[in-house]
Amino acid sequence: MLLPAAAVAWKYVLAGTPEEAPNYKLTEHWWAMLIDVTKCIGCGSCVRACAQENDVPEGYFRTWIERYHVSDWKIERPEVESPDGGKQGFPAGELSDGKTFFVPKMCNHCADSPCTQVCPVGATFITPDGVVLVDKKYCVGCRYCVQACPYGCRYLNPKTNTADKCTLCYHRITKGLTTACCEVCPTGARQLADLKNPKDPIHEFLKTHTVQVLKPQMATGAKVFYNGMDGSVR
Amino acid sequence: MLIALAAFVILRTAIVPKSFGEYGHFRGAAIAEIAAKPIVHAGHQTCETCHTDIADKKKTGKHVVVACEACHGALANHAEDPSIQPAKLDTAVICARCHEENSAKPKWFPQVVTAEHSGGLACDTCHQPHTPKIETDKTAARDAGGKH
Repeated sequence: MLLPAAAVAWKYVLAGTPEEAPNYKLTEHWWAMLIDVTKCIGCGSCVRACAQENDVPEGYFRTWIERYHVSDWKIERPEVESPDGGKQGFPAGELSDGKTFFVPKMCNHCADSPCTQVCPVGATFITPDGVVLVDKKYCVGCRYCVQACPYGCRYLNPKTNTADKCTLCYHRITKGLTTACCEVCPTGARQLADLKNPKDPIHEFLKTHTVQVLKPQMATGAKVFYNGMDGSVR
Repeated sequence: MLIALAAFVILRTAIVPKSFGEYGHFRGAAIAEIAAKPIVHAGHQTCETCHTDIADKKKTGKHVVVACEACHGALANHAEDPSIQPAKLDTAVICARCHEENSAKPKWFPQVVTAEHSGGLACDTCHQPHTPKIETDKTAARDAGGKH
């Protein structure tokens, strides 16, 4: 029986030898993510799935959703809210003026990440396939990286007292699966992308859409691309 | 001086992990350790290898793009051991997570004010969640029962 790549990987997971899942080479991938703001419905599925998949402590978030309200007369000062990270969705709310929309946020897995540069012990690093990870065994919990991240994507895990963050579900993507947040997104607002794979639809999407990254002025080499994002988003 | 240098080299060899510097200024073995974490969401491809009937049914409706675990929750344990049964879902709660009206949602997305739309009734009273258009037989049964 011809199985999809993810199901093939699953056989190895069931056999207790996930590291033997075939066809993964570090240098053949360069992971990124595409977030289509025009498709996000703020359901919170991604936040819940991330917390479950990665055992994220209550009150901490590796991904979260923000609801922006941009008034007609305060375009540069939008109101932003994210109750419980958007985990349980958002209350309806009345729209008096302006516009309102959801923006999912997460680690941008920067190619030139400030968090990696400030780590004094080499506990934070970028893998050859473009994912910023934390080595729990090496982290001393100094919090430099938490302060250095311009996107607020890091926290100190209260269980381990080490820095923690989105791993881009590294344990999944290395086995041919997509991330938990992409898996459960009901509208396809989140798409995992492999920039080194010439067949990945991301290339066509980037060519034909106006995408941007968060805080481009920081020159972090952010690899989370946003489509349809309003200029007021910070 | 030589003794100090030798002591430094011996100490460094003993303290620094073997894989440090394999890919860069970090412990290379950490990559494999992080990748070895167990999976919690099985993924819809895995679900569909057994539940082909549901997969075929979904293909006929708008929910074809919605992955199984978006509603049913993480089910890798069920994929590993099918005797572990997923919890029964309350559609009045699950459906509202996506379809409750909210001004921040894109206009193209189907939304209702559930209090007005169903009066608290479970959504599967009228809709089949895997192919969510109104089911006439379910609506007739509901009307005959005097509900809604």
